Amino acid sequence: MAKRNMVEAINRGLMEEMERDPSVMVLGEDVGKEGGVFRVTDGLQLRFGPERVVDTPLAESGIVGTAFGLAVKGLRPVAEIQFEGFLPPAMDQIMSHISRIRTRSRGRFTCPLVIRSPWGGGIRAPEHHSDSPEAIFAHTPGLKVIIPSTPYDAKGLIVSAIRDPDPVLFFEPKRVYRAIREEVPDGEYTIPIGKAKVIREGKDVTVISWGAMLREVLRAAEMIDKEGIKAEVIDLRTISPLDDTTFLESVRKTGRAVIVHEAPRTCGLGAEIIARINEKALLSLAAPVERVTGFDTVVPLMKLENHYLPSPERILGGIRKVMVF
Amino acid sequence: MIEKYDPLKGEMLQILHPDGRLEEALRPDLSDETVRDLYQKIVLIRVVDQRALALQRQGRLGTYAPVHGQEAAQIGSAFALGKGDWVFPSFRETGVIYMKGVPLKDIYLYWMGNEAGQKVPEDVYVFPISVPVGTHPLHAVGAAWAAKLQGEKICTVAYFGDGATSEGDFHEAMNLAGVFNTPTIFFCQNNHYAISVPRKRQTAAKTLAQKAIAYGFMGVQVDGNDLFAVYAATKEARERAISGKGPTMIEAVTYRFGPHTTADDPTKYRQDVELEEWKSRDPMLRLQKYLKSKSLWSEDQETKIKTEAESIVSRAIQEAEDVPAPKPEEMFEFTFAVLTPNLKEQMEDYLAFMKEKEK
Repeated sequence: MAKRNMVEAINRGLMEEMERDPSVMVLGEDVGKEGGVFRVTDGLQLRFGPERVVDTPLAESGIVGTAFGLAVKGLRPVAEIQFEGFLPPAMDQIMSHISRIRTRSRGRFTCPLVIRSPWGGGIRAPEHHSDSPEAIFAHTPGLKVIIPSTPYDAKGLIVSAIRDPDPVLFFEPKRVYRAIREEVPDGEYTIPIGKAKVIREGKDVTVISWGAMLREVLRAAEMIDKEGIKAEVIDLRTISPLDDTTFLESVRKTGRAVIVHEAPRTCGLGAEIIARINEKALLSLAAPVERVTGFDTVVPLMKLENHYLPSPERILGGIRKVMVF
Repeated sequence: MIEKYDPLKGEMLQILHPDGRLEEALRPDLSDETVRDLYQKIVLIRVVDQRALALQRQGRLGTYAPVHGQEAAQIGSAFALGKGDWVFPSFRETGVIYMKGVPLKDIYLYWMGNEAGQKVPEDVYVFPISVPVGTHPLHAVGAAWAAKLQGEKICTVAYFGDGATSEGDFHEAMNLAGVFNTPTIFFCQNNHYAISVPRKRQTAAKTLAQKAIAYGFMGVQVDGNDLFAVYAATKEARERAISGKGPTMIEAVTYRFGPHTTADDPTKYRQDVELEEWKSRDPMLRLQKYLKSKSLWSEDQETKIKTEAESIVSRAIQEAEDVPAPKPEEMFEFTFAVLTPNLKEQMEDYLAFMKEKEK
């Protein structure tokens, strides 16, 4: 078995899928010779040639719109948008066409494609390089949205995303890219889309999160553990379709929940999670559900970034609040 | 041949003059019998259009975008395509999609508000119409790129209007097609108005065809009311595409006789005198003049063609109206390949509500 970080794990997943299925191709800005600005596609062009690993002109809508055409004609494109902050030019293609074609043609045309994009903050990046727009896409019918938090899951989920019959947005937390190394085996395994995972068991409070925030959540869980409070931590892994079964089961057990996300608070995914808890587990609640999130502001540059991103201390505060209610 | 017509010099391909006279030297491989058949298609599409407008006024059909005036551009270009070519239409392409095999019944069904009308038969490669203007040329480029990688000798065609050439995605599509040398035809019907905004407000460029030059491939302006010129240019662009010579942009200069859609009143932004001027270049009458000169047209025949068209169209409308209303389940079923738990729950809740209501 090999120890890999998330960059290497996704790279491995892409490589194995391209080996397995000749219709899989990669396209985007700097994905070929350069191997991507984060090196996620490193070595792929050398291995599979410039026809399957394609450096495109600088045109996000063009990349995504042609990927749509490639997919409807039978290929399996994996398009890279270099940073999530550059997704807006491609929104029209994603929202108007990619997410709708199956419905609009009553299944006659489909576009199984993957749009990969580095996502989230915490790496002292320039403007437009630290956003968390997952809720916008979760609000778009016809799209699946994935955010892995570990290298192992990232490989299993990128493989599932490529094989999925529907379009998938695959967000890669930049802050995790090189932060963790773990066993990521060679060869085939998949992680199902739409399945959350309990990554720490506990009986007192449920903490729900995804992406880079989970490491902060786990730190907070360790801190509160010393006070005798056992937090159960859930990694959503898939943002849409949302696996509410897993977190509802946990909330019914603990009676308390905290949701942690980097994205702005208002209309963030946390709001949807709370709505589902209210709809299906209201009477299990011993306290109102708490949110620890980014603010309804533009993500600040590095001098203020740590104030914006939920820290273990803020998460701890959220947990305490639901415990003492 | 089309390379001889330089859009920068204002040169436009015209084979059939408005008076019905044909430039024999430029005549493409269209026999007079074929021309007569295509004339019949033009008549048919005109009837399809008129009936759609009437149905809309009666509340039996939703908002509709009429083709009237652009029939030669649509019938002529679509006839030049192969069965396996993929067409990515905009919303004013009834003539094109009918020619490419979309049943008239389905065309009406769609405008009557049922998405099932966009589920084209398996051997028909016509995409659902693109409502967001100018977004779909990218799809034609992607599909053409795929065909090239798959080693298929087909081309793809994006149909759009003059307004679409101001959209960013149009330019990204043209650029990508040039860079990847895809077998794509950019077929622009310049009908001079994007709803109310005239062509000269879309671009300061003298022609739309010349935009292709900046992207490294050929653009040609053709008389869009001239079936022969449209057919010849499209056929040549197709041959270039499937022989690896890359994309072509065709600007078919035409005019929309009717409103943008049934929701619009063109007298607010157009002068009658301009409309009358264009009516003298009516693509149907022009072809009629030609056929007459070949003794292939008579009043009797015209009546026969029209009666036949009326009955074909009536049948299609009847068939479309006979299609039962879609079930609410259809709303949910096609969102993903497999219904997600959340969608399943929403669907079941709604169906239970409906059942309760019926009690």
